[in-house]
Amino acid sequence: MRPLIIRRGSDIPRDPAPSRWAYRVQRLWLTPVFRSLLRVGLPAFVIVGALGFYVSDPANIRHLQDSVSDLRRSIEDRPEFRVNLMSVNGASPVLAEEIRSTLAMDFPVSSFDIDMPALRQRIEDIRAVERAEVRVRSGGELSINITERSPAMIWQAREGLWVIDAGGERVAPLMARPRLTYLPVISGDGANEAAAEAMALLAVAEPLGERLRGLVRMGERRWDVVLENGPRILLPADNPVPALERVLALDDAQELLERDVLRVDMRDGDRTVLQLSPQALAELRRMRDLDATMGERNG
Amino acid sequence: MSMLYHSQRAMRAKRQEAMRRGVIAILDIGSYKTSCLVLRFDSSDELRPTDGVGAMAGQSSFRVVGAATTRSRGVKFGEIDTVQETERAIRTAVQAAQKMADMRVDHVIVSFSGARPRSYGLVGEISLQTGTVTEADVARAMAACDVPDIGEGREVLHAQPVNFSLDHRTGLKDPRGHVGNRLTADMHMLTIEAHAIETLLHCVKRCDLELAGVASSPYVAGVSSLVEDEQELGAACVDMGGGSTGVSIFIKKHMIYADTVRMGGDHVTSDISQGLQIPLPDAERIKTRFGGLVATGMDDRERIELESDTGDWEHDRRSISRAELIGVMRPRVEEILEEVRAILEDAGFDHLPSQRIVLTGGASQVPGLDQLASRILGNQVRLGRPLRVQGLPQSTCGPAFSACVGLALFAAYPQDEWWDFEVPADKYPARSLRRAVKWFRDNW
Repeated sequence: MRPLIIRRGSDIPRDPAPSRWAYRVQRLWLTPVFRSLLRVGLPAFVIVGALGFYVSDPANIRHLQDSVSDLRRSIEDRPEFRVNLMSVNGASPVLAEEIRSTLAMDFPVSSFDIDMPALRQRIEDIRAVERAEVRVRSGGELSINITERSPAMIWQAREGLWVIDAGGERVAPLMARPRLTYLPVISGDGANEAAAEAMALLAVAEPLGERLRGLVRMGERRWDVVLENGPRILLPADNPVPALERVLALDDAQELLERDVLRVDMRDGDRTVLQLSPQALAELRRMRDLDATMGERNG
Repeated sequence: MSMLYHSQRAMRAKRQEAMRRGVIAILDIGSYKTSCLVLRFDSSDELRPTDGVGAMAGQSSFRVVGAATTRSRGVKFGEIDTVQETERAIRTAVQAAQKMADMRVDHVIVSFSGARPRSYGLVGEISLQTGTVTEADVARAMAACDVPDIGEGREVLHAQPVNFSLDHRTGLKDPRGHVGNRLTADMHMLTIEAHAIETLLHCVKRCDLELAGVASSPYVAGVSSLVEDEQELGAACVDMGGGSTGVSIFIKKHMIYADTVRMGGDHVTSDISQGLQIPLPDAERIKTRFGGLVATGMDDRERIELESDTGDWEHDRRSISRAELIGVMRPRVEEILEEVRAILEDAGFDHLPSQRIVLTGGASQVPGLDQLASRILGNQVRLGRPLRVQGLPQSTCGPAFSACVGLALFAAYPQDEWWDFEVPADKYPARSLRRAVKWFRDNW
């Protein structure tokens, strides 16, 4: 009979037969459905469950977000993405200084932190800037290419003197650009809106030279040309340029503007009306009377 | 008898289900070893019989995907003796085979050799109502067989129609479609002790398996180790196992007789153990390594050391000559073969047209057995090995596995059995009719 007590380490060979449970477990494991369930289903369930449990706590989500943003920060702060200096091209020194002071960038800054469209918008909001290109060059350089507005005229507006460009856009107050006083002057409400017309008139009025004092927009619809010592040329609302040309032709032919004329009224297209100064008018009348008396005397 | 009919039909249904699933296990419970094969049935037409190429005796439709052999425990004379031990052996074998096959098997076909099989030849005769023989007529003819008294506590294991006669013509394999007046069916019935099947069923159920069929191991060993001509012309297969030696006689591809000798290789081992006073494992080792049956002059000089560890120097340093070992083994083998001869004589083996005897089984590997057997059983003796089947490992191709391989063939191409035919309606027991009438009366 077999001894009932099996001593550990004795030379009784182990029973090679699987126990009933080992046998059953092995058969269960060989069942395809069970196997696929355990191999795919259980890991999937565990992963989904663990994720769900982790996500169910808002503190965990916050922690996760923090760590993600930290990671992002650490990448953004790498020297490869650092912007160290800013270069402004195509702008006059005054404008460049203005741009620098407007942006007031605090270098060094990560290129991820620069909002390029907003930056460009802020630069283009400066009146003197017509168009701006902003880009980050390699080597950590923020390069700003500026197309300036070119000052064409001085506009005497109610709020002060402005330098405007050919399109009528304000470039800067004249106080900021004292060296631009040589520019022709226009004035009146809405003068800047008709800047293109003013430019055309100024081009035509070139022969007037130093005598031209400026253009005045009257009632936001027509132009007056103001000359030295007060005479004015009143131009029509429609087709002012030919009217001015006619006046200049008259001037050429008869030296109209050399005479003692207060106003040359071209508003009526069919005729040119002149307003003489009171002395001239009196003189004219005296001449006419003289002519009359001479005629009576001769007649 | 009708209970058996139903249980056999249930097993057949399970076998068909296993075939549909494509996996079935083969379990050969022997006295010396328990082996399990896992078969996979392919529906692919890879090796179908084509012109000129046979179906290779039917083994082409399946493939062995798992094979495992373990030492039997608790089996004596081919019968289950200790249920728990046998169950463990079955579990070991099945688990290893499943592991090798990497699939789970639920249905198992079992063969065993013991339980005192007894053969009966039955004859049933009917007159045909219509001229042509139909399947119902075949069933009726088989039902008309007068069943002898098989004894108390015995069960039918096989009941196979082996021959049909129609009027004066005999030797019909399949009488269906023939025209005649009287149909005679010859049936071979093999009975075994009922408790063996019950114990087996219990064991298999304890292993979470379903019994899909039972076969007698002499029969299946014959199926695998007899070649087609031998099965056709008449031959006997002697399956020499560990605890019992099975004899089956085949003619016209049907088994017509089976019996067992309740002696086998284990008895030879125990003879050696007793005769030489050595432990059984040593005796087994010496038998397999030095054993023989025909002594020559050389064998006197070959010494076999009988080493043991008792402490008695004289006892521990013995040695015998191989001739002495042969002298111990030979009488027992002779005795077995004499018994086989007696069985063959009883069966009327002398009257068969061909008297080929094929020795197979584990104990047939003793050198010199063919010479000894031809001296006792007659001239036409050869050693048989099982048919080769696809996927069978080299280690399980020997004669010891002929029952295993035969069982696989049996699973793939089962022989028609009595219960494969429908029971004729008039043979239903009257009790069920009475119950039906009673049910009508109770409910209306």
